Amino acid sequence: MRSVRPTGLGQALELLGERPADAPLIPLAGGTDLLVHWPIRPDARDREYLDVTALGELRGVRWSDEALELGALASYWDVIGDRRANEELPILVAAARQVGAIQIQSRGTWAGNIVNGSPAADGVPVLMACDAVVVLASRQGTRALPLDHYYTGYREGARRHDELVVAIRIPRAARPLQRFVKVGPRRAQAIAKVGLAVTRSAAGWRVVAASVAPTVRRCTSVEHLIDENGAPNAPEDLDAALRADVAPIDDIRSTATYRMRVLARVLFDAVRDETERSG
Amino acid sequence: MHGSPEIPLSFTLNGRTVEVAVDPSARLLDLLRYDLGMTGTKEGCGEGECGACTVWLDGLPADSCLVPAFQVEGREIRTIESVDPDRVRELRSAGATQCGACTPGVVMSALWILENPALLDTHTIRELMAGNLCRCTGYDGIVEGIEAAMNGRPGKTDRAGRVP
Repeated sequence: MRSVRPTGLGQALELLGERPADAPLIPLAGGTDLLVHWPIRPDARDREYLDVTALGELRGVRWSDEALELGALASYWDVIGDRRANEELPILVAAARQVGAIQIQSRGTWAGNIVNGSPAADGVPVLMACDAVVVLASRQGTRALPLDHYYTGYREGARRHDELVVAIRIPRAARPLQRFVKVGPRRAQAIAKVGLAVTRSAAGWRVVAASVAPTVRRCTSVEHLIDENGAPNAPEDLDAALRADVAPIDDIRSTATYRMRVLARVLFDAVRDETERSG
Repeated sequence: MHGSPEIPLSFTLNGRTVEVAVDPSARLLDLLRYDLGMTGTKEGCGEGECGACTVWLDGLPADSCLVPAFQVEGREIRTIESVDPDRVRELRSAGATQCGACTPGVVMSALWILENPALLDTHTIRELMAGNLCRCTGYDGIVEGIEAAMNGRPGKTDRAGRVP
């Protein structure tokens, strides 16, 4: 393994930008995905990494009138311990508390969860359900990309090899419904068989599903259906829209049939509870 | 990975400054056990699941099998070797240990709760201990031991306590 450890963002962007696309530096933060079974992974050990943990500019959980901004080094534990996040964006806290346990929550970052690109991510669905925007920086400047446009394929995103995610911006809005549901083999330390994040605000419903497609997926067909028709009468009423939005597979953690059925049911419960509560 | 020059590191380990050169591929766990000979920290699963390798990194529990050693430059590490056995005697009297493989990690997480009791305003002991797996004696003894250490007496378990 080779790595470089810049101490300033400008230097980091220079190092990333100097590399050709076929021999990039790979940004590394908490390492909680990268280092799994590390001694027996020579392919990963032979790559070259850009350690971003010394970049003070990327730390912190910052609130403004318009947005919550998570620096790219903000960890799950940083959000769990943030009083305003608990009040205003409890869905972020709920997801963070289900990422591994403290040993992972203290190290794993929200930005790393995005860039790692697992379809079973816990952080990505709740960020997407809150209309999060990914802020990417390079030597050429900075661009902001809505998270629901970030993914281009299985574990592939819109980040160019010379770009670094520097922050995640979550626009502030009244979101009276915020629900995160993770279906796993046990309550703690699990990887999702099905993940679901649902919010409702003046902008309408947001429905985001995990572990049921090659990427975390915003379910726009379902959103349109319930924006227009309100709560369905049965989970089966969601099937056609869900089939347009997601495409689960059989794998080591679950089956396509189970995932589709459970997703419809947990989604039905979330929407029904909310429409009953708000009348 | 072979032939990469070693990386000089300076960090604080159990209150003392340590200066050492590490293999760029080393994990913090490897640095502790093999370079520094501090074998109290155990390797269990090597994938961040079992928590046997738990140490404190800047005051928070972390799995040392998932931390690249070079990232501890300038940081504070605390390991099981720093723990006063008296501080955790309730864990022994509650039957919280059997084969001992998980115990160093369990103790480091338990000690974090003992030293930060405000954590229990928002979390149950079980949720805070969810990153430490024990395959011998079970969790009731561990939870009871932590409760007893917090209260200075044997307490009721939070058996009903559930992680969300």
